[in-house]
Amino acid sequence: MADSKQVTLRQMRAGQSGIVVQIQGGHGLINRLSALGIRPGKKITKVGSMFMRGPVTIQLDSAQVAIGFGMANKVIVDLG
Amino acid sequence: MKILLMGNPNVGKSVFFSRLTGVHVIASNYPGTTVSYTRGFMKLGGEAVEVIDVPGTYTLEPTSEAEEIASQMLTTGDVVINVVDATNLERNLYLTLQLLEKEIPVVVALNIWDDTEHRGIHINLSRLEEFLGVPVVPTVAVTGQGMSELVKRIDEATSPHAPLRSRDERWAAIGDIIDQVQTITHRHHTRLERLADASVKPLTGIIIAIGVLSVAFLVIRFIGEGLIGYVLDPLFNNLWAPVILRLSDLLGNSGFLHDIVIGRIIGGEVNFVESFGLLTTGLYVPFAMVLPYITSFYLVLGLLEDVGYLPRLAVLMDTVMHRLGLHGYAIIPTMLGFGCNVPAILATRILESKRERFIAATLISIAIPCAALQAMILGLVGQHGVQYVAIVYGTLFLVWVALGIILNRLVKGFSPELLIEIPPYRLPPWRTVLLKLWIRHRGFLMEAIPIILAAVLTINVLYVFGVFNAIANFTAPVVTGLLGLPKEAVTALVVGFLRKDLALGMLAPLALTAEQLVIGSVVLAMFFPCIATFVILVKELGIVDMLKAAAIMITVALLTGGILNLILNYWL
Repeated sequence: MADSKQVTLRQMRAGQSGIVVQIQGGHGLINRLSALGIRPGKKITKVGSMFMRGPVTIQLDSAQVAIGFGMANKVIVDLG
Repeated sequence: MKILLMGNPNVGKSVFFSRLTGVHVIASNYPGTTVSYTRGFMKLGGEAVEVIDVPGTYTLEPTSEAEEIASQMLTTGDVVINVVDATNLERNLYLTLQLLEKEIPVVVALNIWDDTEHRGIHINLSRLEEFLGVPVVPTVAVTGQGMSELVKRIDEATSPHAPLRSRDERWAAIGDIIDQVQTITHRHHTRLERLADASVKPLTGIIIAIGVLSVAFLVIRFIGEGLIGYVLDPLFNNLWAPVILRLSDLLGNSGFLHDIVIGRIIGGEVNFVESFGLLTTGLYVPFAMVLPYITSFYLVLGLLEDVGYLPRLAVLMDTVMHRLGLHGYAIIPTMLGFGCNVPAILATRILESKRERFIAATLISIAIPCAALQAMILGLVGQHGVQYVAIVYGTLFLVWVALGIILNRLVKGFSPELLIEIPPYRLPPWRTVLLKLWIRHRGFLMEAIPIILAAVLTINVLYVFGVFNAIANFTAPVVTGLLGLPKEAVTALVVGFLRKDLALGMLAPLALTAEQLVIGSVVLAMFFPCIATFVILVKELGIVDMLKAAAIMITVALLTGGILNLILNYWL
């Protein structure tokens, strides 16, 4: 883990990929995200984000999910 | 026997339902099209079996009202057809595993099967069947492929009584299954996918949104005006008017019956907008003024829905909508509201909290004019110039923003954040687009026309008895003093409770100035919902919140009308 780089979903750049390592939130958030397939161990790619604290769009498998700014701040991704 | 269609949002359950039962329901390309359940019947082994289209859900631990309905439905069914998006097998299997833990027999339909190949997805069906312990059938509901095979295997549905697992255990099990069942080969982005990515990035997204909405608006105007100018007006003026004049002669050109059936004939000419008889205005308003715009609006909306553009608009508008106490997904009920407020308010069920639903429903019923009303605004206000139409829309937009900001401050609580799946762009087959257009037309014809005719009849009878004169004198201080309208305009406001299109039509014979028509249109749009919207508001919000919303509507409508009157008639 020494040379791996961990950032939040919001900090990722468009086009970057990484593995979700942690969701820093309560049960509610973890449940809602995991229902959409966003959970530790899952590889995701950031498609882009809207400016002015807009949502972040990510690609996982063949689905895309838009995640509000605050939630995106709580998803930690390992860029490897 | 009762069959439940269950699955994640936007996997094609509603198309599936239509295929099985022949009952046509609205299906679109975004999660949450179905917010309440629909029932229908299909033939199975010679007997009629009930089929229920359950709202989509990702999990049996509900996170929204639509999902709550889905979980409750589960206890009432005998068999579940679990519709699964084959292109998103991993995520879809989570609900499948939860269903297998229940007592109920399950059969799995691997839908959107035709998309797996060009996405480079290969699924080993027999292995998957082995793992799940229930029948798995590949299907393409849109074309009907695999449907008869699925129906044949319904009686093989079983409940494997899988042991209850925790969330993490389920995901671990899914990981195992996916490893052994699915292989994905790499392939290049298609043009549609590149366009999809561009529409959720800031710069390209905004350009695309402006382009899409402008083209949508132009096409709606073009088709609507074209239908009126080249089809319906000629039909009414050249074919129907002579019939009416003959009938008028037959009825002796005057009298009680004549006034109700034909209305006023001025100088031997039929004025379809103003004469106000059952066979004149009663038919002209719904068929020649409103219907053309119902056609053009729902054609365009249907395309936007089926292509899958609306969730992208939600992403784009999220920041703005947060200022109004909502999040981006509220744009979907709002867009539906431009067609009809009733399905729009039902669609607020896709929002998570009661607070959001109250704000969204209130904003829609105040500031989003339905297609029928808009058709009349374009038809009547538009005669005086496009700038007046712009004032009406501009005012409603300002009210929408200002009231949203105020409600966001006043209503307790906070707005949850956006979390939605964005479906891929799809090119819908024309057949499904036209089918949906027909469903919506049928809705308009069956619900609007009887109300309009009944309203014309009632209004004519009430006129004879002088009821409206009494109301007009009573409300004159507000209508004339505050809004600057002739006191007779109050009839339109009263009729607005029945049908707003007809109500605006009632302003036509009053010889209003352009400014007065603008004020009348705005107040009519905002003042109070029509009866159909009113009923759905009571059902969805409860009586207390409905009364709150109604108080807001009346206050804001009178305030806005008064201010408009000051600006348009005194300052300018």
